[in-house]
Amino acid sequence: MTLTGLFSQLLQLAIALLLAPLLVGWVNQCRAWLSNRSAPSLFLPYRTIRKLFMKDAVVAATASPIFRLAPYIVFGAMCCAAAIVPSLATDLPFARAADAIALVGLFALARVFIALAAMDIGTAFGSLGARREMFVGFLAEPALLMVLFTASLISGSTSLPTIVDTFAHRELAIYPSLAFAGVAFTMVSLAENARIPIDNPATHLELTMIHEAMILEYSARHLALIEWAAALKLFNYSCIGLALFFPFGIAQGGDWVAILGAAPALVAKLAFGGFLLALIETMTAKLRIFRAPEFLGTAFLLAVLGMLVNLLLGS
Amino acid sequence: MDQPSLTLVLTAVGAWIAIGALGLVRPRNLEFIRQALFPAGAAVGLALAVAAFFAIGPLPQSTVLPLGLPDLPFHLRVDSLSAFFLLLLGAAGAAISLFSAGYFRSGEGTAPGLICFYYHVFLAAMAMVLVADDAYLFMVAWETMALSSYFLVTTDHRIPEIRRAGFLYLLIAHVGAIAILLCFGVLQGGNGDYTFGSMRSVILTGAWPSIAFFLALFGFGAKAGVLPLHIWLPEAHPAAPSPVSALMSGVMLKTAIYGLLRVTFDLLNVQFWWWGVAALALGLATALFGVIFAAAQTDMKRLLAYSSIENIGIIVAAIGLAILFKSYGKTLIAAIALTAALYHCLNHAFFKSLLFLATGSVLHATKERSLGKLGGLIHRMPWVAWLALVGTLAIAGLPPLNGFVSEWLLLQAFLFTPGLPQSFINMLVPVAAAALVLAVALAAYVMVKFYAIVFLGRPREANLAYARDAGMYERIALVWLAVGCVLLGLFPVAVIGVLDHVNAMLIGSTVGRAATGNWLLLAPINADRSSYSPLIMLLVIAGVVLLTMQIVHRFYHGRVRHAPPWDCGFAQQTPRMQDTAEGFGQPIRQVFEPFFRVERHLPSPFDAKPRYSVTASDHAWHWLYLPVARAADFVARQVGRIQQGRISVYLTYSFVTLLALLFFAR
Repeated sequence: MTLTGLFSQLLQLAIALLLAPLLVGWVNQCRAWLSNRSAPSLFLPYRTIRKLFMKDAVVAATASPIFRLAPYIVFGAMCCAAAIVPSLATDLPFARAADAIALVGLFALARVFIALAAMDIGTAFGSLGARREMFVGFLAEPALLMVLFTASLISGSTSLPTIVDTFAHRELAIYPSLAFAGVAFTMVSLAENARIPIDNPATHLELTMIHEAMILEYSARHLALIEWAAALKLFNYSCIGLALFFPFGIAQGGDWVAILGAAPALVAKLAFGGFLLALIETMTAKLRIFRAPEFLGTAFLLAVLGMLVNLLLGS
Repeated sequence: MDQPSLTLVLTAVGAWIAIGALGLVRPRNLEFIRQALFPAGAAVGLALAVAAFFAIGPLPQSTVLPLGLPDLPFHLRVDSLSAFFLLLLGAAGAAISLFSAGYFRSGEGTAPGLICFYYHVFLAAMAMVLVADDAYLFMVAWETMALSSYFLVTTDHRIPEIRRAGFLYLLIAHVGAIAILLCFGVLQGGNGDYTFGSMRSVILTGAWPSIAFFLALFGFGAKAGVLPLHIWLPEAHPAAPSPVSALMSGVMLKTAIYGLLRVTFDLLNVQFWWWGVAALALGLATALFGVIFAAAQTDMKRLLAYSSIENIGIIVAAIGLAILFKSYGKTLIAAIALTAALYHCLNHAFFKSLLFLATGSVLHATKERSLGKLGGLIHRMPWVAWLALVGTLAIAGLPPLNGFVSEWLLLQAFLFTPGLPQSFINMLVPVAAAALVLAVALAAYVMVKFYAIVFLGRPREANLAYARDAGMYERIALVWLAVGCVLLGLFPVAVIGVLDHVNAMLIGSTVGRAATGNWLLLAPINADRSSYSPLIMLLVIAGVVLLTMQIVHRFYHGRVRHAPPWDCGFAQQTPRMQDTAEGFGQPIRQVFEPFFRVERHLPSPFDAKPRYSVTASDHAWHWLYLPVARAADFVARQVGRIQQGRISVYLTYSFVTLLALLFFAR
């Protein structure tokens, strides 16, 4: 383990923790602009999290310790994921501990815990949300893995830094398999991050919510951690997408200047990605929950198609 | 004696039989059986596990017992493969015996002493299956295993459904046994010597190896619950007492896997690629089928039974992959696939036993098996609930627990496929990985359903308030299994170091070299390709969690108020408004509707007492079993016509037969 490795690891984690709420704020701002509303402050998510940390937590009397433990575990899993995904540099000592498959496992761990916590109180909405979340999850997880497999087959490795190293070093060629995988990945990210067309992050309309239904009973610091973890999840997914499909600008090897220079590049890429997300969300309508299998099934098929194209063409 | 391991194993078998016989001495003395016999059985199991652990590495040890028929003595042998499965049997069996010490009560059914007898004979028979070195002893032990477990399944034999479930189990077990017998018949290759040693040296040619393999796949598949011979599992497991379910699901299914591995990689000396494809397809179909049906179940033990089918499917798929790679000479990747299969056997023995035992505790505390009448038990039974949580997370395949390790290894094996000479297999196998991933993701759905409905939420029935936590023996057993799940998850490199002896024996290659270079980092092939370290991952997550807790509590206050649930401000909630098992499974039933045979009964608008009912059953019954049963019935009826019940008619038959013989056999 080199010193620069440790440095880039910690810097990357710190940037993820700090920038994640900003990304959410930016997406909300873009959405407001695109729908001709006056935008909230870019820093609103930070203020919300701070406000929530200050409040008294209200916990339902029927809750078990799982309910109070879950936000910490979800937050921990998302931090762990942020340390694996190469967003700034590929020299990440910790990424050895978990490859792309383990990353998907981490997301599943977070999902299972939040679903268990939602069922813990014993309310109608909690279990409805948990059921729908697991439903979307089992549809999205295979598609996500197929996308990662396509990248792994091209680079011959399931370790994310190695994948990024391979992709960043190649000549500027278009991989048809990656094009399929990219579309599939976008669809999966929308579903996994509770975005339109699967879920609506801004809704509290009873019959349509998924993520919000699960966290209805949370308040104060627990809610703050969950909100922060959700922002981190969006950040992580964005960084996976950038690492797989736009790996340019990510520092390779132990060069301090390159690592510091990768930060502005990351911010620029994320700003663009966030705008794109807002655009997609503004232009589509939310699907009924039972249309979700069609949507995610399409993503899954596209990912498998990408893999087949890769095997057929060898690229 | 120069065969210490084999002697120890035989001593353990003898001790088990002796303990069982002691149970017969005083069959109604419950305290004696619970306090003395079952703990003694657990101690024997532990000793067996230790003896087996030290027998995995060294060379095979074999002996001939002067028992059995004249000129047909019992051949015994302990090698790496049988030692590994003996380890599994001993380790899981010890915990289950200990649990049984706290579990069995005197009831309507079989006397406790008889249960004790059958139980220990069952354990001893499984051990004998694993050390048998000739087809004769193997079949004797195999049938003893089937019979003793049949009597255990029908413990509550006064209930007609349980008798039916037991009959179904026995029937399928024997259909399988016939196939296994035929398989051995093919394997001995016409020289009449049924020892495994001679079968190894026989070179089968033409279609015979394939016939032997598919007979083995069918016969052992019937025991393991591979599609379409799975139907006994969801009937027998709810019928059996929980420790018996745990033993059957956790251990007995693995003896079938042992048999399949023994025949495929040890007794047969060739493997064809298309066997691998067949096993892979069958395994994946079984896995998907099992998990989809598990999602629709409302009885907690049926749910776990279907989940066992899923796990067996994953194991068979891994074996198929190993066959495929080995047939192409890619032994390193074959070793990874086989490691995944063996690892999953071990994992499944631990987490499925844990969950079945936990349902046993729940059953005892609540007298209720239906998910729709449970809930909120984590408040009443914290020990069982928290330990079951470990099993739930493990079986859902979540890092850093053990279920994830075997799935990770299997996915790695799938990803290594490119490079096989046949391009269509190259393309097929990664697509098969998609099916595997779908099954694994669905398993998480199923386990959330299982755990959350039983242990979380609010009690759905009033009497659940009186549920009491498990006793001391049961707690120790559950802790033992849960610790096993965690350790198997955290130290994969050490476990693979042990499994490599089996790889070396069956495949001729080991995963170990790359993996054991660093005890912390699991990295088959090399670390640039893929690596996984559950311990580091756990430490990072735990570190972040503890740090966050510290920071949150230091910089802000840690105040908590308790209040009634909010639920969007709806004040009049009742526990019945929580999701039921049917409700939680409904999306799966809708998405995978063609898998089920759904019968809906809708009320008409004019019904005074409208009732809605929907039953989702298995197509296999209607497409396969009922037609076969009807055909058998029809044939029997036709044959029955010649039975007149009058002596003169039978004398005529004898006369005609005699004439025919005289005519044809002159």
